[in-house]
Amino acid sequence: MTTKQSLVVIGNGMVGQHFLASLAASPVKDSYHITTFCEEPRAAYDRVHLSAFFSGKTAADLALADEDFFAANGITLHLGDKADHIDRSSKTVTSAKGVTIAYDTLVLATGSYPFVPPVPGHDRPNCLVYRTIEDLEAIANAAKSSKVGVVVGGGLLGLEAAKALTDLGLETHVVEFAPRLMAVQLDESGGAMLRCKVEALGLQVHTGKNTTLITDGKQCVNKMCFADGEELETDIVLFSAGIRPRDDIARACSLEVGQRGGIVIDNQCKTSDPDIYAIGECALWNGMIYGLVAPGYSMARTVVANLAGEAANFTGADMSTKLKLMGVDVASIGDAHAKSQGALVYTYQNGASEVYKRLVVSQDKKQLLGAVLVGEVSGYGTLLQYCLNGIELPENPDALILPPRSDESVGLGPDALPLSAQICSCYDVTKGDVCQAIAAGCTSIGELKAETKASTGCGGCAPLLKSVMDCELVKHGIEVNTDICEHFPYTRQDLYNLVVVEQIKTFDDLLETHGKGKGCDICKPAIGSILASYWNEYVLAKEHLGLQDTNDTFLANMQKDGTYSVVPRITGGEISPDMLIALGQVGKKYKLYTKITGGQRVDLFGARVDQLPHIWKELIAAGFESGHAYGKSLRTVKSCVGSSWCRYGIDDSVGLAIELENRYKGLRSPHKLKFAVSGCTRECAEAQSKDIGVIATESGWNMYVCGNGGMKPRHADLFATSLDKETLIKYIDRLLIFYVRTANRLQRTSVWMENMEGGLDYLKSVVIDDKLGLCEQLEQQMEHVINTYQCEWKTTIEDENKLKRFRHFINSDQPDDNVVFVEERGQIRPADEEERKHFKMMEVA
Amino acid sequence: MKPSGDTSKKDPSWKDVCSADDLQPNSGVCVLVEGQQVAIFFLVKENAVYAIHNYDPIGRANVLSRGVIGDIKGEPVVASPLYKQHFNLKTGVCIEDGQITVLVYPIRIYNGRVEIQVTVQEVIEAPAHEEANV
Repeated sequence: MTTKQSLVVIGNGMVGQHFLASLAASPVKDSYHITTFCEEPRAAYDRVHLSAFFSGKTAADLALADEDFFAANGITLHLGDKADHIDRSSKTVTSAKGVTIAYDTLVLATGSYPFVPPVPGHDRPNCLVYRTIEDLEAIANAAKSSKVGVVVGGGLLGLEAAKALTDLGLETHVVEFAPRLMAVQLDESGGAMLRCKVEALGLQVHTGKNTTLITDGKQCVNKMCFADGEELETDIVLFSAGIRPRDDIARACSLEVGQRGGIVIDNQCKTSDPDIYAIGECALWNGMIYGLVAPGYSMARTVVANLAGEAANFTGADMSTKLKLMGVDVASIGDAHAKSQGALVYTYQNGASEVYKRLVVSQDKKQLLGAVLVGEVSGYGTLLQYCLNGIELPENPDALILPPRSDESVGLGPDALPLSAQICSCYDVTKGDVCQAIAAGCTSIGELKAETKASTGCGGCAPLLKSVMDCELVKHGIEVNTDICEHFPYTRQDLYNLVVVEQIKTFDDLLETHGKGKGCDICKPAIGSILASYWNEYVLAKEHLGLQDTNDTFLANMQKDGTYSVVPRITGGEISPDMLIALGQVGKKYKLYTKITGGQRVDLFGARVDQLPHIWKELIAAGFESGHAYGKSLRTVKSCVGSSWCRYGIDDSVGLAIELENRYKGLRSPHKLKFAVSGCTRECAEAQSKDIGVIATESGWNMYVCGNGGMKPRHADLFATSLDKETLIKYIDRLLIFYVRTANRLQRTSVWMENMEGGLDYLKSVVIDDKLGLCEQLEQQMEHVINTYQCEWKTTIEDENKLKRFRHFINSDQPDDNVVFVEERGQIRPADEEERKHFKMMEVA
Repeated sequence: MKPSGDTSKKDPSWKDVCSADDLQPNSGVCVLVEGQQVAIFFLVKENAVYAIHNYDPIGRANVLSRGVIGDIKGEPVVASPLYKQHFNLKTGVCIEDGQITVLVYPIRIYNGRVEIQVTVQEVIEAPAHEEANV
């Protein structure tokens, strides 16, 4: 018999899932049998980024929990089964499918539903809402036969929904009852600036419109009629006019609910029944329904803490928001409307650059009460900290929103923040938590993310996190030494820039002018790589030879016994039977161990250094070229078979893979690069685990970046969608050279981006919007690399002098007697220690 | 070791191994002498040559001649191409683990020829080298 109690959670949305995840991470989980009901056909997913569904993300991408989360934590999940009613006297929950579970503790996380105004005709065909993945599927379905779409509601969600309709290629309108967009967060001028910006992006905005009827249209499926007599024809009507708490199950069992809906909760998130909690958008705290995810998460953690016997309270939440709506940055903090008594307002408006900022301060000008930012939101983090922590404002508060003058800094130093200041609102990480992690040894953003989870949600706090980290590291006397090694007091990026600016062509020149000593196995290969990336000279040229790691020196991969493996290039994984036979013949002749690699090519192992030139002469004669498996450079572009053969293929993935591989082969980079191209979203080439991944869609190529398999897998980020081939190649050119220029030594693209301030958005702004004005240069440099490509093996076997190096002994033709092979499964492998001894005894005998 | 001129008489303990032209500038080569594999490194700017045994006692393979050379705090070193430990070219001591050493050979350039002394071999007890010396 177990003494465990039963805990039932109704609803597996974002907040319900956050509750389960927090509970699973707490020791108190062992006190409960946990059951959860989820009415949707799939477990919790990210509703905040729902519109990403239309720009290529799948339902699986949006999932919040790993597939084995529920099983691993002993949680019983009733998927696709709605909790139907609660019997408080017998303390049971019964589901629509008839499952009855007794509870000791019940958590309601039923969320909300989209409010549909009771306009006549609101239930006509193609009148839809925007809440679940099923809703999105219905929208996508309706869009196929539609030209025009209208979103009813010009708030946060409405604009998000409008973006979705635009992405689907519809002529999109937003109809808002209030006189401006985002009426809750923005004041009149801010709303006007936002309107101006989204209209420039092709959205048609109608404010102050009261819809009175939806009826048959003439050109479109529907026609909307407004109180002012105007009409608007549209195929799709998408309601996004706010949310309403789902409190029906609570009402039915007589829990206390608010007059306008919402399950009443106290500071511990308890409902009027002490055994029942309510969290998230279904809960009414202090007369407030919180329609944001962060307060819901905060409630979830409060309940977990209470279950664990800790004193925790939910005491309201900050409703400040910062987001990008249709590419426009918008932020709102605190009392944006200056409703507080005596509040003073500062406004900055720049019509030319379409920036609007408003600051609301207390009567004594000492406290920040609220702010509105449109078009330029870089000050959000600083302003939010002033507001939340009651930090005294500088003498001239308007300096906080005016464009910075040359010599003054208005940013709030991280030192000014109290330890209790919240840095990351998604995961409730305070400055104190960050300081603790740094004291425990974290010295990079990547480590801090892993340790504290800060900045792993929306990522908005990344710049603040970085400044807190930098400040703390200095305080700890940890001088973050970013010198590449003792011979150069520079980072890899610095060295790269020195090479470019001073047009330095050799290691010796760089050492002479900027370094000291002889160099080492850190700086030599790094600088060898920089020189190769920029000048693209032959890596075995006399002045570069000593810089190369053994793999580059011998243009092959050293294995554990000092022999090498050989990997010829097989572009896109496509190979003719004749070429395959030629490869097999070489392998057979030199008795090499042969294995298929993960990158769709063939690796030939066990070649002695003296055999390498002979092997390559034969391979080159057969039409092969170097595969650069030995270099920090492009390895493979993996592909699925694509539209040429596959029943599901949408585009020619093999053709594109071959083109990309031929374009970028030989590019030396800070670390190896792997690509893949999939011909449809089934993604057989696993492009989303590569540095560059490309997936064909009906509307063009989707580009993914900075993924990784290996030691620390990272799902690639969707970088751009529906690209034609020319644009795709342009973006890859720019991104790769930007990586080559700015990454650390041996830093894969995944870590490079994780550590980049501004992350994916910044990378997009550099590569797509040309924020740094670098794109032309980046493209030119790639062009240079492509035009100067040479097969290093071809060059090498044509140079007798170079071939002298390919001997084990410079003074003898004998092979290395320490290389001993035994046979296994019909092929060779290096002998292990025991086998070696045996072999030597035989020899002596 | 600095290359020296013709200052000594022909001493039979110095074994001729190769021409000075066979050395790779700022890199290594391997020679076979008296059945032993010796890695020889040539630092151009310092005009210095060093000789150590070619066997990497940590990676257990004859590969040290193929490592990248340089210096750590002024001491000349080679980094093993297998697992990147550094060996002092003057003393043979492993920087990462002072217990591990590789044999060091006297070396000189004599009339444009590279010469090595291998007689010290039997007085050095280095268990790690047993197999290589078989």
